[in-house]
Parts: sequence; structure tokens; C-alpha cells
Amino acid sequence: MALLKVSGSPHVQSKDTTQSIMWSVVIALIPALLVGVYFFGLRVLAVTAVSVTACILFEWLIQKFLLKGEQTISDGSAIITGMLLAFNLPSNIPFYIVIIGALVAIGIGKMTFGGLGKNPFNPALVGRVFLFLSFPTNVAMSEWPKANPLFGGEKIVDALTGPTPLSMIKNGESLDLINMFIGSTGGSFGEVSAIAIILGGLFMLLRKVISWHIPVAFIGSAWLFAGILYLAGITVDPTTHILAGGLMLGAIFMATDMATSPITKTGQIVFGVGCGLLTIIFRCFGPMPEGVSFAILIMNAVTPLINKICKPKKFGY
Amino acid sequence: MNTFRLGGVHPQENKLASENAIELFPLQQKAVVFVSQHLGAPSTPIVQKGDRVKTGQLLAKAEAFICANTHSPYTGIITKIDFATDFNGYKKPAFFIDVEADEWCEEIDTSDDIVREIKLSSKEIVERIKDRGIVGLGGAAFPTHVKYMIPEDKKAEYLVINAAECEPYLTSDNRVILEHTEEVLIGIEIMKKALNINKAKIGIEANKQKAIEALRKLLPQYPGTEVVDLKTKYPQGAEKQLIYALTKREVPSGKLPIEVGCVVNNIGTAFAIYQAVQKNRPLIDNILTFTGKGVANNKNLLVRVGTSIQSIIDYCGGLPENTGKVINGGPMMGKAMMDLSAPTTKTTSSILVMTTEEASRKKTTNCLRCGKCVSACPMGLEPIQIALLSKQERWEEAEKECAMDCIECGSCLFTCPAGQPLLDIIRIAKSKIGAIRRARSKK
Repeated sequence: MALLKVSGSPHVQSKDTTQSIMWSVVIALIPALLVGVYFFGLRVLAVTAVSVTACILFEWLIQKFLLKGEQTISDGSAIITGMLLAFNLPSNIPFYIVIIGALVAIGIGKMTFGGLGKNPFNPALVGRVFLFLSFPTNVAMSEWPKANPLFGGEKIVDALTGPTPLSMIKNGESLDLINMFIGSTGGSFGEVSAIAIILGGLFMLLRKVISWHIPVAFIGSAWLFAGILYLAGITVDPTTHILAGGLMLGAIFMATDMATSPITKTGQIVFGVGCGLLTIIFRCFGPMPEGVSFAILIMNAVTPLINKICKPKKFGY
Repeated sequence: MNTFRLGGVHPQENKLASENAIELFPLQQKAVVFVSQHLGAPSTPIVQKGDRVKTGQLLAKAEAFICANTHSPYTGIITKIDFATDFNGYKKPAFFIDVEADEWCEEIDTSDDIVREIKLSSKEIVERIKDRGIVGLGGAAFPTHVKYMIPEDKKAEYLVINAAECEPYLTSDNRVILEHTEEVLIGIEIMKKALNINKAKIGIEANKQKAIEALRKLLPQYPGTEVVDLKTKYPQGAEKQLIYALTKREVPSGKLPIEVGCVVNNIGTAFAIYQAVQKNRPLIDNILTFTGKGVANNKNLLVRVGTSIQSIIDYCGGLPENTGKVINGGPMMGKAMMDLSAPTTKTTSSILVMTTEEASRKKTTNCLRCGKCVSACPMGLEPIQIALLSKQERWEEAEKECAMDCIECGSCLFTCPAGQPLLDIIRIAKSKIGAIRRARSKK
């Protein structure tokens, strides 16, 4: 008979693996992708494909030639970074800018720190913010295409650009909440549809990839804080705020990134509330219309501190 | 439904043998009986090579405080007293017996009659438990009588009976309850009398409805004893977790259950105590589950102490072709066996056969910092934090993270998607911290 294995207990393990978790997130992102294609056309698919391919390729190259470790692209995390980066971009963005974003996201945001799980900042956000700051005058990162359903209305060859809900908020214009909920509005193509993002979020909740704490704390605190400012006459109504811009995508897919958010549930609530408050502060008092990316990145930086303070209550103490 | 406060996981239950009645394992030609089969100081042999011993006769005596007697499981000749290998690969002194017959000592009542009247006094009960070599059958093999010698400044309020059987696969507690319901309840009466208390709570996971019903049917005759359904969740049967689930009391860190007025024993121990006190029967056999997804027949067997594991495997039809690992105990806390020729002891609760596929751990990747280990820890620890500190040999800091409170239930390693060997590392940390503490107390 073959030799028996001997090891410490436990001798059984759960079915969850790094890979299964990552693929669940990829699946959860698909509704938002489809809505993006519907409203902004097939170029959405091209941008996503370029971003994902570039992310995988850069991770492979860095692992092969710089880190010289075991290849990690099969864990699926590069696909998520690629998708999330793309979702934060306008659909008419030139491909070379997407590739630069992917290099920064994977190269600086992730692999510099040793790869998956070791990065302090959400890689996709690092990529996005880099592009946002590097190409401010370029058409690509300041003007956003208008939503224009593929299968309805008149079809136009060249995408039209127009104001996004957030720039309209800045200008005090009123918005159609239903359209924002569905996604028929201007913006990054993965951000526009609240319903698609929530659908993905519910799937992740069901698969226990995320817990409710960060999204609820993030969205809830943003709504409350914006509501106070609304009553004070400073900004538009809070519901518009939470449906506009990257808040939904940020709260459900970016802030919940395991590696860059706190470990304990209390910590996660603190983290979510921090994200919500900062987002509204940046939106209402900052120079730029959007603040979600910066809010999450700042809270990412605070995460180790939150982990230190928000310890679980130990048994028997 | 009652349950513990923090963490926990739910592994596949796989109670494959739960419907199979206990079978009497045939008597063997040879037996190897370890001199000490408990947690604590070693017992002292009182028989010699060449002696003829009877079934139930005392072989080794408890002379220290935390120690237990060992009795002969058979009638036969002691051919030698020498080292034998246990299934963990350790060499330990043992009696080698050539079996001749099965003649029990006269003072032992071997009939099947149920003795209901408890004649002994509290003090005599504890003496008898000690004399008959009873140890905790939940797995730790702690000498039972010690638990019944309550320190003067402490007071017992509850007898907590652990029938949770939260480990997957294991079914022996379930079978004992179903087949010896009355004896178990009488055993609990004896334990209550020994403690001079009237309140007993039997905690049992809700996946054993038949056992719960069987106990409840007889309960009216046993006032003060209560059966509490517990949520099927691991580690429901861990001592501190069980006490919390049943009494909502939290045993302070580093303290024993008596601190919160509880004495905890396994339901199998209750049966052993019944046999010791009412029938004068020493602990020379136990119920063992032979189980696994790949085995032909899942069985519950009543096996005499000192039977070789291999002979039990052969009796049950041998190991399947694809066997990867053989475990004594459940898959969460059991120990992988190194040597199948080793003999059983008082606490060999199962032979769990795992296939090669089941025996391999999942691929290890970088820690995702997902926090699943923290959510799963029933002690409220941060396994990943302790593991990170331990990898850098920062033992004092790991101690501050309460590594010593780890009960080694394995929930962290079970749940980790990245396949990090969390508990393996924490065990190393615990032994290092233990050494540091011993050095500290010497100063």
C-alpha cells in the first residue's frame, strides 16, 4: 500500500479558494459590463478587453522577469483589476491610455508590494487616479460620452460627449433619478448603472465574497452626510449623490477589496463611514466633481491603523 | 436555538455511521495495553512479566494527583512490559498480553441488568471513578475523578454534559445515547450526586434528533436534568463554547470551567461512570467509529483497549485502494495516524479513512487579508495576525495577541481560501510561548 499522509489537524478544508473568490467577483462585474455595452456601444468591450489583457500581461511579465516567482495570473485577480480599471474609464478613451493605466495599476499598485493581498492600495484605483491626474486636459478623462442605447433610439457613429451627473451637481442642475438608477446617463461606462452594480453586489454577498458592512456603511454615511448638507442648502438631494458618479461601484466593488480594507466587521464599518464622509466632502467642497477614488485610497492608507484599533472582542476577557 | 457567541464554521457533517448499531468487536489473541492512557503523570505498573491477569484486574496504579488506573482488557499472561509505538509514532511503556480467555474479576457485574438505585455516597462515587480508571472520553483523556474534587473556594452549580458531537463523521456519542439511554441518564444522576448538585444540562447538536427524542422521553424520571438543542455548528462541543451555549457564562482566559460553576464531561464518560459505579466495571473498552467516504462498511464497534488498529481495519474489510490518510478522531481535531499496528487506548474514538484526494490540502496562495479566519475564530482571536508575527519569530507579540487562548479547533485553517497553514503556525507559536513562560517563571 502507498504511504499514508500525516499532517496536523484540521484534515478538511472549505471549498473556497483564492481562485473561486476572484472568479465570483468577475461574474459579479458582468451585469455592469453588459449595461455599459448597452448604453455606450461595443467599444466598451474593446476597452475592457484591452485593459484586462494588459493587466494579465504586465503581471505575467513582472512575475517572470522581475520577481521571478511562481506565476500568479491564474488566480484571476488581474482580471478583476483590468475590469475595474476599464469600468472607471470613458468608453471613447484611446487604447494607449488604457495600457498605461494597466501598467500603473499592476506594476505600481500591485506587484511592487509583492502581488495579490500585499498591496496597500486598490490597484485599479491607483491606475485610475494616475490617469486622471496625468491626462486632465485630454478629452479622455474630463469629458464623458453620453449614454446612447444600442438597441433603441437613433444610432450614432461618433459618441457624443456631454456633462456627467456629477458636473451637473456641481452646477446645481437637476437630474433624473430613474435614469441614473438604470444607467442611462453620462460617465465611466462601468459606473453608470446602480442596478447592475447592486445586482453584482448581491451575488457577492450570496457567495460570501463580501459582507454588507462596507457597502452599507459607505452608502449610508454618504447619504446621511449629503442629506445634512442638502438641508443646509449646500448641495443637491442625497439620493442623487449616491446614484451619481463612482459611488456605487466604489462602495460595492472597490472599497470591499479584501486586501485593502479592514479585517474585522467593526473596522469595516469605520472604513465604510470614512469613505462615505470623505467622498461627500470632496464632492461638495473640493475642486473636482468626483471624490470616490480619493476617499477610498485615503481610507486604504488608514486601514492598518483601523486594524490595530478595531480588534475583535476576545472570548474570556 | 442555543449556540456559542463568536465565529464557528460548518463543515460537511458526513455522519455516515449514525444509523449503524454498536457491534461487539471479536476478542483478540494478543493485546498491547499502554501503562498510561491519560493526560497527566504516568501510572505505576503493579504486575510483572509472567503474571496471569484476569479481565478487569488492575495493571497500573495512579499514584500522582492527576493520574489514572489502568486495567487489563483480557485474561492472559503478561509476556513482557516493554515499549510499544502508539499511532503518533511515540514509544511508550506497555503491557504485552497473550490472551487465554475472558474471565472477569468476581467483583465486576457483567450482566446487562440496569441498576437504578445509587447506593454510594458522593465521596465513594469519586473514589470509585478513580479506582475504575475513568478518563474523559471526549478526546483529552483527562482523569475524570480530578474534575469531581472541587477546590474549597469554588462551587459547582451545573453539570454540563457534552453530547454535541460537533466533529463530522463521529457517531459514537449518538449511538451510546440511542442504545444506552437509561444508563447514560443514571450516569448523569451519579455525577450530580458526586457534585452535590441537582442541575445538569445535556448539550446536543440538532442534527441528532433521534438521540434528543430518546433522552427527552425518559427525562421526566430525572428531575433537574435538561436536554438543550444546539445549532449544528463547529466547534459547538469545545468546552468553553459549550458552557457559553448552555449557560451564557464565559470562562475567563486561562481558567477552568469551575470558575463559572460548571463541571463538563462527555456523554460517553457518563456511560463509563454508570458502568464503574453501578457495575464496578473498569474502563477497558470503548466505542469506536470506523468510517470514511471510501470504506465499504461504516461501523460503530465496541473494542477492547489494546486491540491493534490494523486488526480493526481488517475486520471492517481493509483500507480502500485510494486511502490517503487515516485519522483517530474527527477530521477537525483528530490526529493523523503514523503507525497502523499501534493498539487502541481508552480514548481511540474513531478510525477515519480519508481518500488521497481528501488528504491533500488546497493550494496555498498569498494571504488575501479577507479576514475569514478572524470571523471564524470561536475565541475571537486574529489567527492571521498571530501567524504573521510567528513567521517573524516575534513570540512575545504573538503572546500579546492571545495565541495561548487558541483552542486548536482548526476553524481558521478550515476556512482560509488562500490555504494558509494558520493553525500549524499557531501551534508552533504556542509551544514557543510555553517555553518562554516556563523560563519566565523560573526567574
